[in-house]
Amino acid sequence: MTPFAFTRAAATDEALRLAAAPAARYLGGGTNLVDLMRETVERPATLVDVTALSTAIEPEDGGLRIGAGVRNAALAAHPAVRRDYPVLARALLAGASAQIRNMATVGGNLLQRTRCTYFYDVEGSRCNKRVPGAGCDARDGFNRIHAILGASQACVATHPSDMAVALAALDATVHCTTAQGTRTLPLVDLHRLPGDHPEIETVLEPGELITHVTLPALPDGTRSTYRKVRDRASYAFALVSVGAALRVEDGRIADVRLALGGVAHRPWRATQAEAALRGLPATRASFEAAAAAELAAAVPLRDNGFKIELARRTITAVLAELSGVDA
Amino acid sequence: MPLTVNGATVPLPDDPRVSLLDLLRDTLHLSGTKIGCNQGACGACTVLVDGERIVSCLALAVQYDGRAVTTIEGIADGETLHPLQAAFIEHDGFQCGYCTPGQICSAIGMAAELGRGMPSHVTGDLAATVVLDADELRERMSGNLCRCGAHNGIVAAILDVYGPAKVDQEVAA
Repeated sequence: MTPFAFTRAAATDEALRLAAAPAARYLGGGTNLVDLMRETVERPATLVDVTALSTAIEPEDGGLRIGAGVRNAALAAHPAVRRDYPVLARALLAGASAQIRNMATVGGNLLQRTRCTYFYDVEGSRCNKRVPGAGCDARDGFNRIHAILGASQACVATHPSDMAVALAALDATVHCTTAQGTRTLPLVDLHRLPGDHPEIETVLEPGELITHVTLPALPDGTRSTYRKVRDRASYAFALVSVGAALRVEDGRIADVRLALGGVAHRPWRATQAEAALRGLPATRASFEAAAAAELAAAVPLRDNGFKIELARRTITAVLAELSGVDA
Repeated sequence: MPLTVNGATVPLPDDPRVSLLDLLRDTLHLSGTKIGCNQGACGACTVLVDGERIVSCLALAVQYDGRAVTTIEGIADGETLHPLQAAFIEHDGFQCGYCTPGQICSAIGMAAELGRGMPSHVTGDLAATVVLDADELRERMSGNLCRCGAHNGIVAAILDVYGPAKVDQEVAA
């Protein structure tokens, strides 16, 4: 691990000031960043511990305000999350292990980096994220876990978060701050597609700090859930995951929000499928057609073509479950 | 408030690169906590911080200023084993023993989570009170690997201490 200075912020202003140091990084629970530093993928000169900031979960405007320092376990266990946003509770509980959920923060979860094995392999592999312009050994390598949507020649990595997929489906808003002021972003706009610059993973400016995330209330009658498909029953990253919120009225789809994990460089809001579903009868045929519409743009790599069929089936199964249609 | 380990005040390392795991083992010579993968994947380094289980390998020690760490060396009451330690012996909850300190600390943390009503990935009704059966236990303990394959004994030992009696009998049967 490269030497670094450790600092701790007691207030947002202090965090922004400390993060103005060269090559500074904010530190949450450390469950990804410490590992990346040990592998020398990340070499910050200064760490700014922001875990003491914004640790509250509070009702706000009928929805919920979640501090960036809230631990994953605390968020999953919160009564309002379990009651009103099951998709979020289930996504959190499907992620990592209990130990890591006790450490990991909301802000850190959003900004965690891909688990592409080539990205981690500093000694042996080329990676455009680590060394812009170096090339991508994943594109023609062992790419079973890689992206089927929105990838580029430069990068086929996926975003590893479960929580972010649920937040994408819930129309969450990310609240950020810099020395110049605050701004809000739709969560679905926080992460970028890789394009020619996969090393730039979010739209955040250098030193910009995520302070909290807000969730709007879901309309009455909405049901939501999260399903994660992975290589083992627990403690593994998603091959494909689906977060969905669905409201059916008189047998027709009144509202649907659908997001996919494990398939793209960012949490993938399935807008094509949503558009195809609104107003249709809540039937298995509708769900299958919508899933096919979303996945029409999917491009398989050598090893991950199975993800297209897996995503189609998982989308269909989740919507069938939420609507009460026989799966 | 200083960092404490098993009740004793401990100075923070000068080098912020020192993990909590390395502090425990290399500085304090508390070698009960084991180093396995050193990347958060195996759970051998699990300790309790303010009663919550974490993996100490991914924890920078300096980040734990003011916190109370409990390791496997700190859970017995003098010469009297913690009930879970006794149950692991009773049920052969180990073979080589390398994962055992992490398993035991993790299970103690798991019991506290159950006491607070924490649901899990396999909990059907997120609003219901969770009963610790073997499925719930395996999911909740999935962050602790045992390469010897002593899982049946581990499950039996943990259910013996924290599970409802009827579940224990099913496993024993």
